[in-house]
Amino acid sequence: MRDVYIIGVGSTKYGELWDMSLRELASEAGLKALMDAGIKAEEIDALYGANTSAGQFIDQEHIAALISDYSGISELGIPAVRIEAGAASGGAALNQAYLAVKSGQYDTVVVGGVEKMTDVPSEVANEIIGGSLDAEWETFFGVTEASVAAMIAKRHEYDERVKREHYAVFPVISHKHASMNPSSHFKNVIKLEDVINASPVAEPLTVYDTAPLSDGASAIVITADKKKIKESENPIRIKASTMANDFLSLHDRKKIDSFKAVNKSVKEALKQSGLNLGNIDGYEIHDSYSIGSLIQMEEIFGKEAIKMVENNEYYFNSSHPLNVSGGLKAHGNPLGAVGLYQAIEATIQLRGKAGERQIKGSKNMLIHNMGGLGTTSVTTILGVE
Amino acid sequence: MSEVPRFWRESKHRYRLVGTRCENCGNLYFPPRDICPTCRRESINKMKEEELSGEGEVYSYTVVHDGLEQFKMQVPYIIAIIKTKEGPLITGQIVDCNPDDVKIGSQVKSTLRKVRTEGKSGIIQYGYKFILK
Repeated sequence: MRDVYIIGVGSTKYGELWDMSLRELASEAGLKALMDAGIKAEEIDALYGANTSAGQFIDQEHIAALISDYSGISELGIPAVRIEAGAASGGAALNQAYLAVKSGQYDTVVVGGVEKMTDVPSEVANEIIGGSLDAEWETFFGVTEASVAAMIAKRHEYDERVKREHYAVFPVISHKHASMNPSSHFKNVIKLEDVINASPVAEPLTVYDTAPLSDGASAIVITADKKKIKESENPIRIKASTMANDFLSLHDRKKIDSFKAVNKSVKEALKQSGLNLGNIDGYEIHDSYSIGSLIQMEEIFGKEAIKMVENNEYYFNSSHPLNVSGGLKAHGNPLGAVGLYQAIEATIQLRGKAGERQIKGSKNMLIHNMGGLGTTSVTTILGVE
Repeated sequence: MSEVPRFWRESKHRYRLVGTRCENCGNLYFPPRDICPTCRRESINKMKEEELSGEGEVYSYTVVHDGLEQFKMQVPYIIAIIKTKEGPLITGQIVDCNPDDVKIGSQVKSTLRKVRTEGKSGIIQYGYKFILK
């Protein structure tokens, strides 16, 4: 089977972008990705658009058609479809696009993700984010996504003797890294005490344990066209792309403080790539909630994950660089776009263009995008040859 | 646009904790399911309704400070996963107590309460909540 490469990436800034609409964000990211790839719209076979909830955020469905239209490519008749899998929409769209190119159906595809979250008040946004849970048996009773994360944290502390500090550290790491990323939503550095003592969202989680509401869009161009790959200055190969799913709600899982789907998709991705964890130079994971970061790392590394926290191994200049982009927590969390920004960060790292946050000698990056708390899991491994 | 049918069809389950038991493997489920995730096709037409006692213990919980719009007046409120005596885990609120009195393992029982309303003049939606025993 043929190899698939990322040849172009483009992203807007992430943050509260009051003066930008969803269509403007998406077309800016898409255009940047095409320019970076050095290709024209005529060379695109299909457009995959990732978006979690524009229907509720801005009363707009049919997102892929809109983006294609506003980007000025409607005359070309390029097929455009939206992929939705909660906050894993970006990763899922990348997975679908990868499969389409890998299969030989398409040669060159643009995958874009966008979310416009700040046009509604934050309480309404919370309600919309809760749409990834079970509307009849969770949100009906007042359950928020943060409260689900909090219940995972409480039970994990109880069963596994995990301390608050073991997961409160993840936002600290993300903020440190975001301070070195020009496109970040937040650029301030924070301390462990700031996380623990911030205003509570769902105990024990505080506002600093949770990712913000952000606007933003990210897009990449993937191809299997030999000529385009050859002409590309820095093609990055997609070495693996896998997905796995678990029960939608915590109450249906045998163990609520584990993410079975993450374990499965990561294992399959390593197998698909022929790599092992020793070959991975950096990780971008779905840090929408601090406790979620710890559980994801435990699914990848087992109990070692906690020792790695204690040994400060997750910083960009240490042994297991994590969320060097700044993560969802500090780089920003426009739901449908984040899975693609993870791929962009990995691409920038693998191209060696990450400036002061560069992971030295980075050859392979593993990225993990998640919908709900462990419900939908998408793993992608990117690498240079 | 009325949401009446949407809530009406769940009322048996929300008022009386009616779940379903798979007569193939014997597992009991709440919320109810039409297909047993263990037996899959073997369970078709073998899922039988069964009422839970509503008794159980706190499996995990949290105190919500940043609540949903509909629940703003209740903040801070307790959300918990209850491990029922019969086995299934159920997510819901714990009410009529101080958050400090709730611990993992606390004994609870279900009670029927108003959960939310459909706008100012719309129907009132009822369902289970839990209280400490």
